[in-house]
Amino acid sequence: MADNLKAIIESLLFVTDGALSIKRLKSVLGDDITVQEIKEAVRGLMVDYEAEKRGFILHEVAGGYQFRTRPEYKEWIVKLKQLSPARLSRAALETLAVIAYKQPVLRTDVEHLRGVDSSGIFRTLLEKDLIRVLGRKDLPGRPILYGTTRRFLEVFGLRELGCLPSLDEMEQLEISWPSGSKSS
Amino acid sequence: MTMTEAYKVQLKDVFEGPMDLLVHLVKKNDVDIYDIPIAIIVEQYLGYMEIMEELSLEVSGDFLVMAASLMHIKSRMLIPAEQDNDEETEDPRMEIVRPLEEFLRIRNAADKLSGLSLLDRDIFCRPATEEMTDMAKDLRSLRPVGLFELIDAFQRIAKGISKEHLVDITKEMISVKQKISELMEILDEKKDITFQELFIGEHSREMLIITFLAVLEMIRLNLIRVMQHADSGIIRIYGG
Repeated sequence: MADNLKAIIESLLFVTDGALSIKRLKSVLGDDITVQEIKEAVRGLMVDYEAEKRGFILHEVAGGYQFRTRPEYKEWIVKLKQLSPARLSRAALETLAVIAYKQPVLRTDVEHLRGVDSSGIFRTLLEKDLIRVLGRKDLPGRPILYGTTRRFLEVFGLRELGCLPSLDEMEQLEISWPSGSKSS
Repeated sequence: MTMTEAYKVQLKDVFEGPMDLLVHLVKKNDVDIYDIPIAIIVEQYLGYMEIMEELSLEVSGDFLVMAASLMHIKSRMLIPAEQDNDEETEDPRMEIVRPLEEFLRIRNAADKLSGLSLLDRDIFCRPATEEMTDMAKDLRSLRPVGLFELIDAFQRIAKGISKEHLVDITKEMISVKQKISELMEILDEKKDITFQELFIGEHSREMLIITFLAVLEMIRLNLIRVMQHADSGIIRIYGG
């Protein structure tokens, strides 16, 4: 079985919607195959797809593995599917950024930082399954604490929260402000 | 002009807020955020607010709050720092500098997120097949369930359980929260579950109620959708 382990895993990945975890693979493949062997086979697949310059490659996201297209072919896919690419508004992106980097957070924390009421955006992000309720804070009114979801990791192609891009230092921000046209 | 007056464009949620305006002004005037010429900035800020009013844009209260704090800072700048005060008096402008710093950090974080390769924008995966089509097929015969129907369904399940337990409210508050995270985990794995399955293994009336309250709270928070099959009458909970 070990000979074609890579091919077996490839077939499992092919038929799975969403990311397939090592744990799930292990439960399917049984006791004869060790986790180490599975990991090696998955690594091997990743290398193969990368090396062969396929249109899609094996990504590690949200604690699992999934075939995804290469970003450079996006325009063709958008054309084929005739879809308008999923977009998050600037406001939604900022709100999501605060939640992602500072979770668990209260809605009031986010609103304080952004300087605007954000209830509508929270609703949208909840609907899109990008954020979720983590619990309630031990404060009067027991306000809700929010964090990001597994879906968030999937959408942003992150293996885990620790893989969020690191932020720039304040000094750098001043020089190159986001969406700035004017250089100071 | 009466036409435009009737139609107010909502800026909230999608468009920029007062902090963006402030950043815009700081940039436009090419000034240091640690040394903001507050009088000039206040004047221009109010100018923008006027323009927005004229354009019939729905200027949210947040813009007014920011205008008020800017004017407050301006007035404090006019009062000379008291000499006899031992404590070092802070530059009143710090009140706005700190939030501004935080805000720039957030914009940076948002840019970083946006710079990643996003699913369904830059990167695509195979569309979910069977499950989704089943769901889509199902959707035609599915309809949302109202609160009272849910209560009815709950009562059918709760019937037969001893009614002697009274619910301890304080205990319940904690448990509902726990129940929600429990149910979220189940739904993360299973995608959907029938209403009845939710209550399997719960034998006390108290736990049944807690589970039910958790479901209601999750509906309110938009964490789940509850649908009923038109033919079978089965109520099913869908995550996300």
